Amino acid sequence: MAEAVAGRIAPDRAAVHSWLQAYGVYVGVGVLLLFNVAFTDHFLSAENFRTQAVQVAPILIVALGMALAIGSEGIDLSVGSVMALSTSLVALYLGYGPWVALLATVLGGIAIGLVNGSLVAFVGVQPIVATLALMVGGRGLALVLVPQLEDVRDPGMRALGSGDLLGVPYPVLIALALVLLVGFAVRRTTFGRQLLAIGDSRPAARLAGLPVRRVLLCVYVASGALAAVAGFLATARLQASDPTSLGSLMELSAITAVVVGGTPLSGGRVRVGGTVAGAVLIQLLTATLIKHDLPPSWTQIAQAAVIVLAVYAARERGKR
Amino acid sequence: MSAANTRHRGAGSQEAAGSQEGAGPAGRAPRNRTADRAGPAGPGSGGIRAERLSALAQQHGALVALLLTVLIASLSFDSFAGAGNLENIAVSSAFLAIVALGMTFVIVSGGIDLSVGSVFALGGVLAAWGSRYGPVVALLLALSVCGTIGLINGLLIARARLAPFIVTLAAMLGARGLMLNITEEGTSTFLLAKDSVFAELGRGKLLGVGIPVWITLVLFVLGGLLLRRTRFGQHVYAVGGNEDAASLMGASVTRTKVSVYVLSGLLAGLAGALNAAWLASGVTILGQGMELEAISAVVIGGTLLSGGMGYVSGSLAGVLLLKVIQNVINQIGSLDSAYQQVVSGAFLIVVVVVQTWLGRRRKARLTSPG
Repeated sequence: MAEAVAGRIAPDRAAVHSWLQAYGVYVGVGVLLLFNVAFTDHFLSAENFRTQAVQVAPILIVALGMALAIGSEGIDLSVGSVMALSTSLVALYLGYGPWVALLATVLGGIAIGLVNGSLVAFVGVQPIVATLALMVGGRGLALVLVPQLEDVRDPGMRALGSGDLLGVPYPVLIALALVLLVGFAVRRTTFGRQLLAIGDSRPAARLAGLPVRRVLLCVYVASGALAAVAGFLATARLQASDPTSLGSLMELSAITAVVVGGTPLSGGRVRVGGTVAGAVLIQLLTATLIKHDLPPSWTQIAQAAVIVLAVYAARERGKR
Repeated sequence: MSAANTRHRGAGSQEAAGSQEGAGPAGRAPRNRTADRAGPAGPGSGGIRAERLSALAQQHGALVALLLTVLIASLSFDSFAGAGNLENIAVSSAFLAIVALGMTFVIVSGGIDLSVGSVFALGGVLAAWGSRYGPVVALLLALSVCGTIGLINGLLIARARLAPFIVTLAAMLGARGLMLNITEEGTSTFLLAKDSVFAELGRGKLLGVGIPVWITLVLFVLGGLLLRRTRFGQHVYAVGGNEDAASLMGASVTRTKVSVYVLSGLLAGLAGALNAAWLASGVTILGQGMELEAISAVVIGGTLLSGGMGYVSGSLAGVLLLKVIQNVINQIGSLDSAYQQVVSGAFLIVVVVVQTWLGRRRKARLTSPG
């Protein structure tokens, strides 16, 4: 319906915008790839692709949860803190074995998600504020549990962080499995349909008798659980638990990946494939700047520019 | 002015209405804000007692909580009410308070500014660098750059109609990147000259009270007058209440919105500059999480996040409340500073829940027949 209205006003511009919003991210990834192939030394090596893929996995997993939150016309700013909390929980529970640690981190993420979701769905707090509170409190909690960096020494964790199956690193496999899962949930399940309906128009969804509160609660629980898994994988890769810095600014990267990937901030649509490409785009951008010896501060400035450009490109197609 | 107005009206029903709905999470708001605003503003709204009470709780809750906390703290800790400790609280509140003042304007206008922490740090670094050319250059440099960031934010939000939280999130990243860039990735720290006049601005005292505290008080009085007693202030309320209605009544929505973000950038930059003067150096790691503290303080102070309603005085009480709580946590020696974050987060949740509940009750009352 949104397209129909926009089309009547200015068909050509709307078409260009809609194309750019949906596929611009793939063009961006392509351009960056070509640039790197042409100008970056040792870019085309299996080792490099492996590094990039392993680094992109946590961003991608967090971004999947963020895509669900944004699709429901919400946002989850607490994801970085959930990662910090999960790395603390790994340090605390690794003594009982990696599986217990994984369980603890996922439960921790679900707990934060339940608080976020209850605030949004039942109390009616704006998502940005509810998750902001958890963003502050969550990292504080992580630091209370584990005040400083701790080494994580466990053969199972090490295998998870640096091992592979048929040449594909485990974190990448897990990320891909989660992409398929979330993609399936959005496209093929009742939950996905209801989520998009709620994101499109909450009053309409309520009038249609959809379980708005339950679906919103599930969205934030899913986002928390995904961020916890990302924190677990990042801890496994770093082989250290560092609640001070792990996941800091992750909410920004995740939002960028989702928005650049063509999911509108106004909700009602989730582009899983675009989100994957968005996460890859951010990782490639960072890697490109680093490999060309530009200091990390340029990465931040470039990322800021990309966010604004992506939102600007998407703005014409807001919900009318 | 008239050109901007007609342009805005020309964009009319499709554009304006569309973007308000499409502004994303930050732009969503209950319908009844203009009516809400009439409550605390004076005798305009009816005399329903419960409604008055909830409006009072909204407006003065932070002040009451502050007084209670101070009372309990001074009874429980001997060291709390000492002059040294109170001065500590006052000075450390001053910088956050200036940032929160700008944030109040932004939130009342229905927006949010997540860039203030980075802008604060950038302002400090720029002022410290500029202080070698004298205090005027130091201040001007910080204010002009930070004001420009606010201007860019404002233009992107008001003209290009992008969601405030995403624009200012990007600005948060961009401003910190810029700051790191100036300081060679945060490795070089600019120190103030030993006997610089600029340092006086942070360290000096007037009648036994630090100059930053005086500056803060003056700014809050001016800010209160600006929001309550001027046409611009009324426009800020109107835009936050209902953008379409505001533009129909002749307020320039674009100009008002741009102004609040410029104001927020300027104040954050000024706070950073004063902080640098106080510390005698531009510290690069400052300001992280400051946007959260400022937003918490403003919300605790009774300003509605949905816009259209808020108090400058409440924000000051909110800042002091946060800082007193942090101070108390510091006094309990066994607690580590991470608890401050946990408590701040929990506190924010409680306040927001209560606010939402109060707002909903009042809304139900106002919309119910009779």
